[in-house]
Amino acid sequence: MLNIKNLKVRIEGKEILKGIDLSIEAGEVHAIMGPNGSGKSTLANVLAGRAEYEITGGEILFEGKDLTVLAPEERAREGIFLAFQYPVEIPGVSTSYFLKTALNSIREHRGEVELDAFDFLALAKEKMKSLHMDEALLHRSVNEGFSGGEKKKNEVFQMAMLDPKLAILDETDSGLDIDALRIVADGVQQLRDEKRAILVVTHYQRLLDHIVPDVVHVLSGGRIVKSGDPDLAKKLEKEGYGWLLEESGAVAGGGN
Amino acid sequence: MARTAVVKGKIPPWASNHAEISRRRLGNGSTWFDPVREEALRRFEALGLPTTRREEYRFTNLAPLGRVDFRRAEGVKAPIETERIEKLLFGDRAAVELVFVNGVLDEALSSRGDLADGAVVMPLSTAIRERREGVEEHLGRHIGMETNFFAALNTAILDDGLFLHLPDRCILEKPVHVLFHTTTVDQPIAGHPRNLLIANRGSAAVVIESYAGEGETPYWTNAATEAVVGEGSRLTHYKQQLESENAFHISALDVTQSASSRFVTFSISFGASIARSDIRIDLDGEAIESDMNGLFLARGDQHVDHHTTMNHAGPRCESREFYKGILAGRAKGVFTGRIVVCKDAQKTNAFQANRNLLLSDDAAIHTQPQLEILADDVKCSHGATVGRLDEEALFYFRSRGIDPEEAEKMLIGAFAGEVVEKIDLPLLRERVAALVSARLAGGATGKETA
Ligand SMILES: Nc1ncnc2c1ncn2[C@@H]1O[C@H](COP(=O)(O)OP(=O)(O)OP(=O)(O)O)[C@@H](O)[C@H]1O
Ligand SMILES: [Mg+2]
Repeated sequence: MLNIKNLKVRIEGKEILKGIDLSIEAGEVHAIMGPNGSGKSTLANVLAGRAEYEITGGEILFEGKDLTVLAPEERAREGIFLAFQYPVEIPGVSTSYFLKTALNSIREHRGEVELDAFDFLALAKEKMKSLHMDEALLHRSVNEGFSGGEKKKNEVFQMAMLDPKLAILDETDSGLDIDALRIVADGVQQLRDEKRAILVVTHYQRLLDHIVPDVVHVLSGGRIVKSGDPDLAKKLEKEGYGWLLEESGAVAGGGN
Repeated sequence: MARTAVVKGKIPPWASNHAEISRRRLGNGSTWFDPVREEALRRFEALGLPTTRREEYRFTNLAPLGRVDFRRAEGVKAPIETERIEKLLFGDRAAVELVFVNGVLDEALSSRGDLADGAVVMPLSTAIRERREGVEEHLGRHIGMETNFFAALNTAILDDGLFLHLPDRCILEKPVHVLFHTTTVDQPIAGHPRNLLIANRGSAAVVIESYAGEGETPYWTNAATEAVVGEGSRLTHYKQQLESENAFHISALDVTQSASSRFVTFSISFGASIARSDIRIDLDGEAIESDMNGLFLARGDQHVDHHTTMNHAGPRCESREFYKGILAGRAKGVFTGRIVVCKDAQKTNAFQANRNLLLSDDAAIHTQPQLEILADDVKCSHGATVGRLDEEALFYFRSRGIDPEEAEKMLIGAFAGEVVEKIDLPLLRERVAALVSARLAGGATGKETA
């Protein structure tokens, strides 16, 4: 589904990703771990189409097609969803209005009929229920005044509503209490099926206890320095990154 | 057209002529109003058109007004654009609706429902001719003719408008709407609509003033409204300025509030090539509440200027001023927020905010608070901001599949929403919200058609 080959990305003249190779097939869940500043969010944002990043080499194929030529909204309509590490507050725009507009532009692209306010609300309530989330969120401005955990839950709710083919979660588990963590994990598990691919960026084993990934990658200094099975995450949790970086000769912290 | 370097501006050649026509029409020497008019005539001749050398007009050049040979709008016959006008009407949602087309009351488009006992709603011209109560006491007594050329000119010429007089404790449930529509002909025309609103003790009403017009030919609306808000009364006032983008719109609103009264005003300014509004509220008693709200929106080469004064004369009053501006294209905005707190106005609470959104690199805003505080026990806060659409927010929308144009519309709508939501009349609120997105579609991406 997603094939990244030798991807190099620069921002403000600084090379952040220095040749990433990553393939994710439908039905798979991959986790990306790695030290702060290693380029995880950069990768996630490049996939979503953020303009500030300059792709200086390599390619990104999504379902066999070049993703880089698509605008962010086109990528979303093709089925890519990014749960932001720092979700944006939009005062004055209610979550339901925001999400209804989003869902209908995606549905239109898929050739499905537009949902009216009534059907939208019914769907939203159903998803909220299955995620054990509070409906009041629908009437509040998008993320405005939300706690960190509420913002992350809202990302998961949006993901459930927009029904993506490739979901990318950038540290959606950070800053969550135990119940919220379960909601996020459930959200991912509910989405997990043989048609979809999921990429989770995380620092912690605890999310991976709920969602057992198929592959774990370690990103360091703009490169994937190691890939392995879920045991790799457990080892990292216990021992940190030091041993791995020594072994691979990579430099931690983004490396200038 | 020689321009001189004196501070006194010139007097448009047609102005005295228009005043003379008006004098003949309303009778000479026979009414109590003549001395007021004579004074107004002297004032506008003494003041002349303001130039940008006057501080209050530093950012707004009104010289173009002096170069146009305006004909008097009143009575100019043009095909009436009924459909366009009907879209602006409130019909049975209003208690009374007066529609003036080129200065003349259009009976067919106007309507009148049931009014509370004793409430008087009529064209101002009728009030001047047929009654003295209220009119004589207040007409021309509140407007700033001493310094405001346009208010003086309006008073000297004085076209028709709304007269509202509520007796003590009279409460109007439904709003009163007055619409001034200008239908242009091939020659530029100028009109001087005038309104007088009087709310006696303990009364309450909602008034909507609408200004609209169509056509390629420039025209000039020079409006003035005086409002007298009696003790313990409550008056809510909406003004929507939807003139053609080839028009000039100048307006003055002068309000005198008595003790324990509440006044709320909105200036919704979307039209005109040059729009200038002077708003002055005198808090002339104790425990008064006053709200001044504004939403201005300009695109293309539009220029919009609000010059506001909140004058705290009495103690323990509270005023809130909240203005938002959205500017696209090469549009220019000006906002001046004067807060005066007189020596005796202790325990004043005055709040002011002006927030602006610029949608292009060529749009600009001059915003400045002016505080003159002579009392010592005063709470006063003010703030002005100028910002652009949040790129992070735009990306967030787009990452969810929403078109950038749609995202912009939603963000602009949300920005305006803070003022729009305060509009207490559902129909007006919906119309204003719809106009915001219609006017600025593609405004930030430069795809607007101005
Ligand atoms: N807009 C930007 N301008 C300049 N540098 C940037 C920008 N965005 C990211 N960077 C830099 O790129 C590097 C990688 O950042 P990125 O956010 O991808 O790291 P990360 O792996 O997600 O880290 P964390 O675990 O802390 O979230 C960092 O050194 C960061 O400072
Ligand atoms: Mg990150």
